[in-house]
Amino acid sequence: MKRRKVDLKSMPAAAARGVDERFQVATPLRGLLNKVFPDHWSFLLGEIALFSFIVLLLTGTFLTIFFEPSLREVTYDGSYAPLRGVHMSAAFESSLNLSFDVRGGLIMRQMHHWAALLFMASIVCHMLRIFFTGAFRKPREGNWIIGSLLFWVGFLAGFTGYSLPDDALSGTGLRIASAIMLSIPVIGTWVTSSIFGGEFPGDIIISRFFIAHVMLIPALLLALIGAHLGLVFKQKHTQWPGPGRTNDNVVGERMFPRYAIKQGGYMLLVSGVIALLGGLFQINPIWLFGPYEAAVVSAASQPDWYVMFLDGSTRLMPGWELHIPIGDGYVIPPIFWPTVVLPGILVMLTIAYPFIEARMTKDKASHNLLQRPRDVPERTALGAMAVSFFLVLTFTGANDVIADKLRISLNAMTWAGRIGLIIIPPLAYYFTHRICLGLQQHDREVLVHGVETGIIRRLPDGRFEEVHQPLAQVDEHGHPQELPYIGWTVPKKMNRLGALGPAVKGFFFPIEKPVDAPVSPGHPPVSSGPDREEIGSGHR
Amino acid sequence: MSTTTAHGAGQGPEVNDPVQQRFEVVREHARADGINIVHYEPQFEPGSKAERRMTRTVASLFLLAGLAGTAFLAIYIWWPWRNEYGSGPDKLYTPLLGLTFGLALLFVGIGVLTWGKKLLPREVSIQDRHEGASKAEDVTAVADTMSYMADELGVKRRPLLGISLLAGLAPIGAVVAAPLVGGLISQPHKNNQMFRTGWAPIEDDHGGRKLVRLTREDGTPIRPEDVTTGGQMTVFPGIPGGAKNLHADSPTLLIHLRPDDAQKAREANERERKNGYMWGNYIAYSKICTHAGCPASLYEQQTNRLLCPCHQSQFHIVDNAKPIFGPASRRLPQLPLTVDDEGFLVAKSDFTETVGPDFWERP
Ligand code: HEM
Ligand code: FES
Repeated sequence: MKRRKVDLKSMPAAAARGVDERFQVATPLRGLLNKVFPDHWSFLLGEIALFSFIVLLLTGTFLTIFFEPSLREVTYDGSYAPLRGVHMSAAFESSLNLSFDVRGGLIMRQMHHWAALLFMASIVCHMLRIFFTGAFRKPREGNWIIGSLLFWVGFLAGFTGYSLPDDALSGTGLRIASAIMLSIPVIGTWVTSSIFGGEFPGDIIISRFFIAHVMLIPALLLALIGAHLGLVFKQKHTQWPGPGRTNDNVVGERMFPRYAIKQGGYMLLVSGVIALLGGLFQINPIWLFGPYEAAVVSAASQPDWYVMFLDGSTRLMPGWELHIPIGDGYVIPPIFWPTVVLPGILVMLTIAYPFIEARMTKDKASHNLLQRPRDVPERTALGAMAVSFFLVLTFTGANDVIADKLRISLNAMTWAGRIGLIIIPPLAYYFTHRICLGLQQHDREVLVHGVETGIIRRLPDGRFEEVHQPLAQVDEHGHPQELPYIGWTVPKKMNRLGALGPAVKGFFFPIEKPVDAPVSPGHPPVSSGPDREEIGSGHR
Repeated sequence: MSTTTAHGAGQGPEVNDPVQQRFEVVREHARADGINIVHYEPQFEPGSKAERRMTRTVASLFLLAGLAGTAFLAIYIWWPWRNEYGSGPDKLYTPLLGLTFGLALLFVGIGVLTWGKKLLPREVSIQDRHEGASKAEDVTAVADTMSYMADELGVKRRPLLGISLLAGLAPIGAVVAAPLVGGLISQPHKNNQMFRTGWAPIEDDHGGRKLVRLTREDGTPIRPEDVTTGGQMTVFPGIPGGAKNLHADSPTLLIHLRPDDAQKAREANERERKNGYMWGNYIAYSKICTHAGCPASLYEQQTNRLLCPCHQSQFHIVDNAKPIFGPASRRLPQLPLTVDDEGFLVAKSDFTETVGPDFWERP
């Protein structure tokens, strides 16, 4: 029989054509291949959140296979000797089994928890990046809103997950959550009773939280993240100002191959770090806490870090109870304000911020260039104020631990927190504002006079002055031309001008020829003009 | 649509180097998409010593990853993993898995990153944004079509349709929500659950009332002598399951006060018309914090304060557990005590105030 000749070389092309004839992928693929992404380290923060979310999905799915979401009472008989014979819920027992009797279960549990902490941390850092660089401005207000919702949905994901194992800490957390729901005026008892299926703790809350934690909330997160990334793709990423960059273009790398490969690499790095954390650093050792019992709590029981600010606000609230003298009299308990009203205000304020700012500055234009925090001192100062508010509350969430470690009285810590919450944010505003103005000033100085060289020269009349290297050409009188500020880093050290030559890389051998200064995307090497050798003074 | 296969090479500009030629093709296609590749340059001379070194580095990272992965599998299979009491090798199981797994991922990750960052040419491309609102023509087209469609529907001309549609849809919306809300909703005052705890005296069929004993967690009853002067004990209602979470609002702290403190506490009780709540020098308070329901369980003997570890509310034991610091606004309810004919402590009645966190309709 005559064999058909197989042309190996043309096979990929033929296969591609075959696929395209059926699915018409070439047109969308072309758009995808030819898409430029700008680059900057701070753009990676959102990606870390995405990668930790992927790790959460994978490890969480593993956990569901062994976890039993039930409050049925059982007697422990597993391999962890100190708890043998103890009565506990099936949920707690199955979490213990995951830790001790499922091969590799403990590392999965710990990776899941570490990934959750990293997820929330990267969301917060990412939000700060967006805020301080003004990336939320038109046309990206929608994505800012989605992002703020992502924080709160992630918060819920973390809280429901933390509650699942039914250990002493998670039960205490649930107890407080039920008190928060109870405190809502008018409907509080109805809400609580409906969610818990009766009085706290009832026997159904864990299975309800389970379905919320493994299905409803992840589905919502997935949808929000999808919309978030879709918008980033559609609206194209913002970029820093710089040479060649305008509001109407994107300067960077095409998505494939280099940009995509780097993303893949970062995904692996993030997963690797989570695996190391999950293996080497114990987290949430539920067997030390024991099962939840309403009468038992240990001091210094801390929630996960992203819940601590609410714990802190609850601690600082004075015991002011509001009485409404109608009929039998009604009450609004003090816990209502720091745990329902405060988060409500925080959500509304974050969501409304882009619109408030646009209105105050009467700015209706679209912005694709980022701003350096120093260039918008008011916003930066407001942000610093918000961060310091959050930090005071978070530290207060651990004030008993701090008081214990530093041997300060607890009441003093509480008062320090109350006073700090009122005076630190305005101070943060004031100082940040000053620092921004100072930095702006310095940038402009360098643009006018040049970079300080560290060379001191004595003038004929005996005065000393520092020699400055001008950044621009010098005119015929030797005065440097003034450079406009374009909203991007101003070089302030001589070696940023290439005056010292780049460091030689490679430990034993130089693996790069130390000839030209490194180029980064969109950053053509700075050349300092023909008068480079001749160092002149800035102001002669 | 054309892809960047070899057949397109001929159309490119006249360049002899085939690699360069293919790049020019790609660059042309990109330009058609509004992308200008302005800078594209390999970081190493192709075939140079430096490039070969970099290639070897990346390759060794991949091999190391494989090694770590194999180590992971070997440990997963052969390392003793069953949990034993003491500090055997099984305690290293999870750390070793994490170490090998983490290193494997880090090695591949760094390998891939080095490949991408060092071995691929650096590029700077510029793409136009084509932004702002849609074309005016599109906007007009959409607006015209939609307003025509709205007119066609004729809701404006036939208001009855609109009103009846709304009237019809509202219940349907409610129908969708009803099963969820209806299924979940649960009357909070069923069996008086917000106000009743495990300490309520047990009524038997003949109308008799049996007082509930104070018991330990294991259900054994307590005689006054069991608590030393100045000491305290967590007690539970002596009913079936009294120490379980089913009765999460019942745990109570029984305190044997020193005589002078007991005198103060008795006077405070009289002021509050709670005469006879104490039995001798014994006093009992709900352990469930009136703030958010944590057990208020840290008893400071010197100052007679009870501290709740959750948000540090402090209650003054000899003054009716009045909150004196922190976010709690309400006293801890006091359990009226006495001793039954067998000499065991019992609760005279249920708590006379609401136990636990506060809510809107608490009287
Ligand atoms: C952003 C999303 C998520 C966050 C923030 C999160 C957070 C958490 C946290 C903090 C815990 C407690 C872990 C511990 O026991 O130490 C937990 C437990 C758990 N999570 Fe998640 N999780 C997320 C997504 C998922 C997903 C997608 C699944 C499943 C498909 C899942 C399944 C589970 C299970 C079964 C447990 C209980 C395991 C145990 O306690 O041993 N989680 N989660
Ligand atoms: S629960 Fe006791 S102080 Fe908050």
